[in-house]
Amino acid sequence: MQLQVQFNMKQELYKYILGIADNSLILGQRLGELTGHGPTLETDIACTNISLDLFGQVRSYFQYAAKIAGDGRTEDNIAMLRKEREYVNVLLVEQPNTNFAYTMARQFLFDVYHLAFLSELEKSKDLTLSAIAKKCIKEVRYHERFSSDWIKRLGDGTEESKAKMQEAINDLWTYTDELFHQTEADKAMVSEGIGVDVTKLKDAYYKQVNEVLEIATLKIPESKYFQKGGKKGIHTEHLGYLLAELQYMQRTYPNMEW
Amino acid sequence: MSEEQIKNPGTERSRSLEKQFEARIARDEKIEPKDWMPEKYRKTHIRQMSQHAHSEIVGMLPEGNWITRAPSLRRKVALLAKVQDEAGHGLYLYSATETLGISRDEMYEQLHTGKAKYSSIFNYPTVTWADMGAIGWLVDGAAIINQVPLCNTSYGPYARAMIRVCKEESFHQRQGYEIMMKLANGTPEQKEMAQDALNRWWWPSLMMLGPTDAESIHTEQSMKWKLKRKSNDDLRQQFIDQTVPQADLIGLTIPDPDLKWNEERQSYDFGDIDWDEFWQVVKGHGPMNKERMKARVGAWEEGEWVRDAAMAYADKKQERKEKQVV
Repeated sequence: MQLQVQFNMKQELYKYILGIADNSLILGQRLGELTGHGPTLETDIACTNISLDLFGQVRSYFQYAAKIAGDGRTEDNIAMLRKEREYVNVLLVEQPNTNFAYTMARQFLFDVYHLAFLSELEKSKDLTLSAIAKKCIKEVRYHERFSSDWIKRLGDGTEESKAKMQEAINDLWTYTDELFHQTEADKAMVSEGIGVDVTKLKDAYYKQVNEVLEIATLKIPESKYFQKGGKKGIHTEHLGYLLAELQYMQRTYPNMEW
Repeated sequence: MSEEQIKNPGTERSRSLEKQFEARIARDEKIEPKDWMPEKYRKTHIRQMSQHAHSEIVGMLPEGNWITRAPSLRRKVALLAKVQDEAGHGLYLYSATETLGISRDEMYEQLHTGKAKYSSIFNYPTVTWADMGAIGWLVDGAAIINQVPLCNTSYGPYARAMIRVCKEESFHQRQGYEIMMKLANGTPEQKEMAQDALNRWWWPSLMMLGPTDAESIHTEQSMKWKLKRKSNDDLRQQFIDQTVPQADLIGLTIPDPDLKWNEERQSYDFGDIDWDEFWQVVKGHGPMNKERMKARVGAWEEGEWVRDAAMAYADKKQERKEKQVV
């Protein structure tokens, strides 16, 4: 009985880690598409750097997850060899780089959540997760500052940039609520003092987001209709193509080392 | 001394300035942005340094092509970091070139209109993952051979930029070789991938070191200004002599049937380079010239509204600040 409980806990912890790391994985992949194509050299460097940070975080999480699984699977197996329905990132991070306004809006809407989340994860009873969170916070604080600045710059820049940024915020708003949905793994980990209760982050999130939007002279979307599904592996049509690229080498040349 | 005297190269005064200038270079002194310099020196440096900066920026594209498909997380992180380094080199070199009185926007304009060149090697496609290894090993390897002597070049900002660039390039070269080594020691399929990449990148890498000395129009003056310390042919020989044993070590074959150790010269003899191909690519008709320029011009044009917004926002911020002070 004791063993069974331990086994279940391990499985929940594994799932919980994937729930965190898949967001960084998919967002990092999206940003990686832009390298060499940014509007300025400085933004190009910054976006590549954020992607780099996110993949670094993914490695820490997946190495830990692989250790918990303890069956020989590696960080790369976890990152690149799951089926589409097994990825549990939120829908927000898989949205495409429609234009620079969308890229920055997506980043900002995720960063505000990500920073708040990590600030709580830092207090986790799981020392590995706490240590990873501590390291990631420093990076994500910079991401959040960078994307918030661009929301203000584009919102309060020219008429054209304002219209583009407003459209991006309006379109992506529908994916924000999912950030605060609890999964079964979440609940199990919260009760163990390991996980973060994301439902408690919601009010502060919208307060902060709204403040930045107001400074940026943008309208806060009024829509009350939200999309969900990512955390259960039901994604938008965009994810499949992203995974096709992400997984290409591992699928084409199975069981090889690189 | 009047401005007229400085501007007019015919005057005795300016001949004397030029003499002093050449003497400073001969003494290995660094020329700094505010120092007097002959117009030709300034123009030659703008040409070479901006060409170098453009090569870094265009060079991001063939490797950026594999970021989303890197085979492992470790390789993906390393590739992202490498391409980011290249962007950093570009930024650094554009800034160094700006000290000669040209703006980054003007340099972009020259790149986009085809007036300025960039390294022809980046007009070849990256078709497999092994190309990431071959580029690091061969292309960065050739670049280092070209660039290490520039750490002692006469123009201060360029020399200092090159010290930093060379350190990072050397890391990239080792990283590329390590990718190739892993493939060469991997499955037969992986080894084949590595050999194929070597076959495709070898000759363009040799061409990258520039036309033969007989055809190189800039060599003599550049030597005098320490913009160049060895001739293209000498650099090419050095690259070949250094690279062949590295290929041997990992069991890959250099795609040149005429390659042979020459005991007397203590160097490798090698086969003829297809210079027609080189000039075709330089003139804009390589496999990827059009795509590369399309990507650069596209990023620039699509980014215009972003840059305009950033300027407008900065102006507004400044206005608000001034109002607050009043």
